[in-house]
Amino acid sequence: MIRNRVLLVLAATAVAAALALPFLSFAPNRLLSGRGIALSAVLDLPWGVALLPGVVLLAAPFLRPSKTVLAATVTAAILFAAGLVGLAGQHAAQLAATAAPAARTSFGAGFWIMETAALLAALDGVRRLGLSPPLRIAVGAAALALVAVQVAAGHLDQLSILKEYANQRDVFVAAVVRHGVIVAASLVPTLLVGVPLGVLAQRSRAVGGIVFPVLNVVQTIPSIALFGLLLAPLSALAGALPQLGISGVGLAPAVIALTLYSLLPIVRNIAAGLDGVPDSVRQAARGMGMTPRQIFLRAEVPLALPVFLSGLRITLVQAVGLAAVAALIGAGGLGAIMFQGLFANALDLVLLGAVPVILFAVVVDAALKLLVALVARGAA
Amino acid sequence: MIAFERVTKRFGPWAAVDAVSFTVEEGELCALIGPSGSGKSTALKMINRLIVPDAGTIRVAGEDIARLRPEDLRRRMGYVIQSVGLFPHWTVERNIATVPDLLGWPQARVRDRVTELLELLKLDPRRFRGAFPHQLSGGQQQRVGVARALAAEPRILLMDEPFSALDPITREALQAELATIHRETRTTIVFVTHDMDEALKLANRIAVLDQGRLVQCAPPLEILTRPADDFVRDLVGREEWGLKVLAVETVGQRVRPDGEAAGVPLPSAMPLRRALSEMVARGTDRLPVVDDQGRPAGVLHLADLVRP
Repeated sequence: MIRNRVLLVLAATAVAAALALPFLSFAPNRLLSGRGIALSAVLDLPWGVALLPGVVLLAAPFLRPSKTVLAATVTAAILFAAGLVGLAGQHAAQLAATAAPAARTSFGAGFWIMETAALLAALDGVRRLGLSPPLRIAVGAAALALVAVQVAAGHLDQLSILKEYANQRDVFVAAVVRHGVIVAASLVPTLLVGVPLGVLAQRSRAVGGIVFPVLNVVQTIPSIALFGLLLAPLSALAGALPQLGISGVGLAPAVIALTLYSLLPIVRNIAAGLDGVPDSVRQAARGMGMTPRQIFLRAEVPLALPVFLSGLRITLVQAVGLAAVAALIGAGGLGAIMFQGLFANALDLVLLGAVPVILFAVVVDAALKLLVALVARGAA
Repeated sequence: MIAFERVTKRFGPWAAVDAVSFTVEEGELCALIGPSGSGKSTALKMINRLIVPDAGTIRVAGEDIARLRPEDLRRRMGYVIQSVGLFPHWTVERNIATVPDLLGWPQARVRDRVTELLELLKLDPRRFRGAFPHQLSGGQQQRVGVARALAAEPRILLMDEPFSALDPITREALQAELATIHRETRTTIVFVTHDMDEALKLANRIAVLDQGRLVQCAPPLEILTRPADDFVRDLVGREEWGLKVLAVETVGQRVRPDGEAAGVPLPSAMPLRRALSEMVARGTDRLPVVDDQGRPAGVLHLADLVRP
């Protein structure tokens, strides 16, 4: 009797990937394509034990999804995901002991599919359990911590992505900082312009009628095209006023483009949040003698805050992703590492850029969801 | 206490309130009644300047309200609306304390006042002080709404169809509460309603509005017995007219001071309508009456109920 179809599909996919696709890929150096190594070839002790939670995942689709079963599924999925990484790390270390220093062990297609299936199984279980946002975030943090501990202990040092990291440590740290700077630098003008614009757009039909169509059009321009469009006017500006210290490439166009993209979700959610304030509340507030300013600060702002923070979350996650593309116009950041890897055909370098971008987005997303939950609870 | 002097408000070409003049005396409960679009709610909102008249003057305690800062005026008056409008992100206590906080009352005084009001509105302070509006029933929310309006001890209370959205039982309970509060505090109350029974039950004076014009402004008995025109007569309703008259008069107004009768006595403040009901229930045509102090006050005869 099948009780959980989602889990069944995930388990079947993972089993198929384990049997048919290489778990690891081993290459003499980072430019050559590697030879595949099956999961069966690396399943030895002690790390083979780490895959035992997989048994729970195979059984779970057939069990009645009680709270206990769901909690066990989530726990097993997280342990299994971390176990896969640990197993890969262990085998990479074994291979490195006998191979040349330039040799590379990287994750194979089988690993990625099993890892993804395990994380989706955890997500499915968390959703079915109906956990509160803080608990969801705790589960996510636990999953991350299980891998982070292995990285910190040096257990994964012989995997190619960490070898790339070791080679590029200074560049990597600088890129992470730069990525954060791009996102933060675009957030400031976004809030300075977006918040007043959102308030105005909600209060005046005329303003909203202009602001929303314009921002919608901006949102549909592909990011590369927008960078291109900004190139000419910014170069001209830089030529006319060199003392501004900006140019057609680099940080300035990246921040401007990100701001333009970020305005729509911010403005829209500010307006939607204010629209959601019941008219009866405004009417009562006015009738009791609150000034317009008091009505805004004491009633409208706190009631619109959760919707606004949801908009901020969308904006920040979007900005983290777009900032990666901004590397194309010389803004730097993690995107620069990704493109360097793409142009050099070095997949591990691409991962070294891409994985932190994903983590960055996930952490920002989780942090703001937590904030929304806390604010909503305060308002409940 | 409140005087309308030829007050007019137009929305476009249409006069919502058209040269209306009337006076509400201190301590009165005045009901503004009329069908939808009669201008009753507009008239109410002009008293606290949520709507500004196009012409005419409104005086509160002799003062032309056009000269006052609207916020100061509103803080001196309680305001209750049909949709309640409690702040959903504030506790009951903070909701009630809204106007005292705006006026800068010291915290201890605000706290005592909240306790006092919760008790007045029959809400257990221990249970409701820290509750949020969404945890309350509709009737409880409107009780808090009334408490909030009374918080800063206003001399005037404005109520815009405050009980229309409540179920009949809750509505009756709150009407009784309001009658008690009015009797005890002697606050001047202006009360908008479209329900004539509610107006007859609560008001000392009823102002009937039709298409922005004041048709009649008189005590309930006069509205019943001497309606200004057919519009008022229809509004009162021809059905059960006699019972409505009995409902606004009390036993004390028809009692014969001499004679004796058997049975449990009626208080002299009881509406005649209920006295009639008692006679029917007990199968008698005369009942003893006692005054407010419980002393014998005479006998009520059935024949006196039907005399004009």
